[in-house]
Amino acid sequence: MLTRAEHRAARSGGVAALLAIGLALAVPIAVMVAYGADAGLGAGLGPGQGDYLWRITRFTLLQAGLSTLLSVALAVPLARALARRPAFFGRRGLINLFALPLGLPPLVAALGLIEIWGRNGVANKGLALFGIETPFSIYGLTGILLAHVFFNLPLATRLILPTLERLPPEYWKTAANLGLKGWTLFRLIEWPAMRKSVAGAAGLVFMLCATSFTLVLVLGGGPAATTLEVAIYQALRFDFAPGRAVLLSTIQVALTLTIMAALKLIAAPADPGDTKGGGSARPDAQGGFQVLSDAVLIGLSGLFVAGPMAAVIGAGLVADLPRLLTDPLFWRATATSLGIGLVSATLATALSSLLIRARHSAGEPADTAALGLLSASSGAAGSLTLLAPPVVLGAGWFLMLGGGAGQLFAPLAAIIVINALMALPFVMRVLEPAHRTAMARNSRLALSLGVTGFNRIRQVDLPAMALPLTTGFVFALALSLGDLGAIALFGSDRIMTLPWLLYQKLGSYRTDDAAGLALLLGGTTMALILLADRLGRRDGNDRA
Amino acid sequence: MRKSWLIPAALMAAAPLIAQPATAADKTLTVYTYESFVAEWGPGPKIEAAFEAECGCDLNWVGVADGVALLNRLKLEGENAVASLVLGLDTNLIAEAKATGLFAAHGLDTGAISVPRDFSDDVFIPYDYGYFAVIYDSDSITTPPASLKDLVEGNADEKIVIQDPRTSTPGLGLLLWIKSVYGDDAAAAWEQLSGRVLTVTPGWSESYGLFTSGEAPMVLSYTTSPAYHLVVEETDRYRAAEFEEGHYLQIEVAGLLANAPEADLARQFLDFMMTPGFQNHIPTHNWMLPAAAVSEPLPEAFETLVSPEKSFLFTPGEVAQSRAAWIEEWLGAMSR
Amino acid sequence: MSNKPAIAFENAAYGIGNLSAEFSFARAPGSVTAILGPSGAGKSTLLNLAAGFLTPARGEIRIHGEIVNHLPPAQRGISMVFQDNNLFPHLDIRTNIGLGLDPALRLDASGWATVDSALERVDLEGFGPRLPSTLSGGERQRVALARAFARRRPLLLLDEPFDGLGPGLAADMLALMLEIRADVAATVLMVTHDPDEARAAADEILFIASGRIAADTPAPGFFERRDLPALDAYLGRSSDPDHVPTE
Repeated sequence: MLTRAEHRAARSGGVAALLAIGLALAVPIAVMVAYGADAGLGAGLGPGQGDYLWRITRFTLLQAGLSTLLSVALAVPLARALARRPAFFGRRGLINLFALPLGLPPLVAALGLIEIWGRNGVANKGLALFGIETPFSIYGLTGILLAHVFFNLPLATRLILPTLERLPPEYWKTAANLGLKGWTLFRLIEWPAMRKSVAGAAGLVFMLCATSFTLVLVLGGGPAATTLEVAIYQALRFDFAPGRAVLLSTIQVALTLTIMAALKLIAAPADPGDTKGGGSARPDAQGGFQVLSDAVLIGLSGLFVAGPMAAVIGAGLVADLPRLLTDPLFWRATATSLGIGLVSATLATALSSLLIRARHSAGEPADTAALGLLSASSGAAGSLTLLAPPVVLGAGWFLMLGGGAGQLFAPLAAIIVINALMALPFVMRVLEPAHRTAMARNSRLALSLGVTGFNRIRQVDLPAMALPLTTGFVFALALSLGDLGAIALFGSDRIMTLPWLLYQKLGSYRTDDAAGLALLLGGTTMALILLADRLGRRDGNDRA
Repeated sequence: MRKSWLIPAALMAAAPLIAQPATAADKTLTVYTYESFVAEWGPGPKIEAAFEAECGCDLNWVGVADGVALLNRLKLEGENAVASLVLGLDTNLIAEAKATGLFAAHGLDTGAISVPRDFSDDVFIPYDYGYFAVIYDSDSITTPPASLKDLVEGNADEKIVIQDPRTSTPGLGLLLWIKSVYGDDAAAAWEQLSGRVLTVTPGWSESYGLFTSGEAPMVLSYTTSPAYHLVVEETDRYRAAEFEEGHYLQIEVAGLLANAPEADLARQFLDFMMTPGFQNHIPTHNWMLPAAAVSEPLPEAFETLVSPEKSFLFTPGEVAQSRAAWIEEWLGAMSR
Repeated sequence: MSNKPAIAFENAAYGIGNLSAEFSFARAPGSVTAILGPSGAGKSTLLNLAAGFLTPARGEIRIHGEIVNHLPPAQRGISMVFQDNNLFPHLDIRTNIGLGLDPALRLDASGWATVDSALERVDLEGFGPRLPSTLSGGERQRVALARAFARRRPLLLLDEPFDGLGPGLAADMLALMLEIRADVAATVLMVTHDPDEARAAADEILFIASGRIAADTPAPGFFERRDLPALDAYLGRSSDPDHVPTE
């Protein structure tokens, strides 16, 4: 509920944000296409490339589809089990832990996974104790799926769980009273509540998996495991064929979009209803065997996520941490990473705020086609940015801002913008539900008191949103910190970020240093995510 | 909008950390190179000090990820590059680099250079070289493969980690190595070898990381890799396997840009590059073999290294012409 | 069985310290009891214990003489009506009622006929295919009563069910509830904070204060009692001892 002027402001803000995002995506791509045409590097694929393209497209969809299916299929029962058991020792710790994998650089996570699941990993050593000598290999599709589930099961669970936790306690009481359980409870009560968030989580996971690169190559075992993103990277990085890179990117975006559109079909509006408050105790939850199966499911999932992270910590402790911590280079890299992270997180938070405000405004009367478009494209902007390959954007930005005098500025700007775009989908998912709640709670009062316009933003909306904004901000900051991203393509010794330093150490035999840096980087990121989580909880909006 | 004050604040926080103070000097020579060359522990800082003492100028390194990225950066910048010199391409990239038309002949006497196969070029001057080799962990392998044939046909349970020729220089090196030895039978050799390949990583770093963490007992790297472990870590656990067919050669080169803002200074640097003042820092900082005389004896570790009697090297032209087809062949064989 | 109380609490205790509650009472079949007391006194705890949403730490709860401490809510022979959220918003009215007959919704034609006649009983025939959000608050509570009617369970627990409906509507609903209760011969426990509601509907009163039953009496004359300081405070009248009525 906004005043006419507020609607105008919200919609103009949304259009401005959309324009900014559109430009940030389209201009570098246009520059790349123009450059490709100029340089005579045709967009076409060579002979025999069609077959290759078909193969990698198939594999991209296969691995992303299976990864999404597995992650979500496991996240649904896990979220149900967690919702059924609202108070057990370590529950909050576990849900905090689930925020962490996202902030880990993929290579660090891959090495952690290998410590557990590799040929010499804990799992195989455990099997050897039981006399099973043939180590099972994670290299191949198994490894890719394992890694993707490691990243995305916790993410999906965190997205799905709150929709169950937000249901009014009377539902669970009625369910208990009527004797609804098992499949019926799932089909009639839980699934309708989860459906929208499951679709949203599946879409996000699918995009993340479709564009996954390092994990796919390191764990894929060979070129049979090649995704479109690898081909894009090769086209730009090794063959330097911008036209081909753009063509491949277009295929990637179009394909993923088509599948997302299909996924969106199962999303339906949910009506969480009002609650009288009170705990989310679950009188319908059963004892006995169900307690055991819930405990096993929750325990195994916790181990699955915690194991590789413990391995990262263990490997890092071997390093000479005091030396690393007194190295000015480490501090320079940390400061640079934080600087880049702060700016891109600010950008991501600001853009997300504008977009959700516009969506809120457009969705309220929801009559004209133009408003529908604004609402839909604001929502889509929060997802699509994930699909544009950062290497292509980075190259375009670099090309646009020029080398020469732009040695410092161009890559810096590119990294900041790209990090901000990549964080958008996550920040929007944090802000939007909180914004909806704040609007529902405060709108009438603000209007009745005549607190409108800028005053309303300052006095009502900002304070109400302060903590979710902080949560989203820190989330974006953490994502940016862990990202090697665009810098990998054109690099610059002037911009030394933490992941970059880590790769540099790894690239010159300094494996122990790299492990130590991974620990420090992971630790920083984890601390930030935990901080965000804590701030988010103080908000009272327990979004898990 | 909501937090607009944060943007300037964050920019102010970040700015001093990334901006570097410009050194006041008459002339500045800017050289593009790869990241590890200018890393704190790389040869860059030491060479910079030595050259600046000689020229009374300011040497400014700009580090880019690796040789391939270096070439891409040049293509992106075209004639606007601020650099006068590019140091860090390898022979496989020379044809492509020349095709950009951005490089100029150096016109220098390269008599001091001595690299295997007597490689020489009118545009690019070698500054170091190395051989690709299979490095093995002597704790888990007692009889390493003695030839490429042994590697291809050996025990499939003893795994090797290699790099992807589509994205990595050593990966391309192995591709060319197998092509040199097997010729038209390369596809069959790859198909057989693929059973022994644990995984194919996008770059050298990932595979060497897997190797040192014990995931695989062998990795594709350089003959000089054991020198690092000997000199810095004082362990001879990681050793290079000498292959009787010979080893594939990698020669790293530097070239002068046609639009060099400081062409004379750049030529002075290229001359300096061929002297011990530069070459002394190559072995223990770049972990490659010097391409010209050094004034200090190499560390003992280097004497223990595999030094191939026979080496392979395709000409830049051959690589440029056939790389795409050979990668296609590799993809077919490895995907089967 | 008929001479056993429909429901009885025997020192049934829940919680510890300041939040502890302990109840003992018994109710004959067919009785209607209003549960009154200040907010936070433990009214809902009592109802939740009876319904099986909470398990007593000590003591016993008996339904028709049988100890039900660990019996799941669905097996206690209970129907419930809450103040709101009685209906699942994404399921239509018929399904919401049908679930009360079979939790897996395996209903034959006669089952669905029961659903329709329950709707008829509360004057909502034809509302079956509609979603709860298209109904008014009063209509939604009538659907909840229809479900209780269709279920025909011997115990009916109501948690401030007619709160916020307005006095006229609440009185109508109360009358409907009493009719339904008579139809299915149920024993009723009803939490309310409205003395008028208690006067109009209840035969008996349980007055709860600080987690204990402060008074367990017939309804007539209860509100005139002046020997309960907690009741005086609850009703907002002064508790001057000089005004203690002598009978």
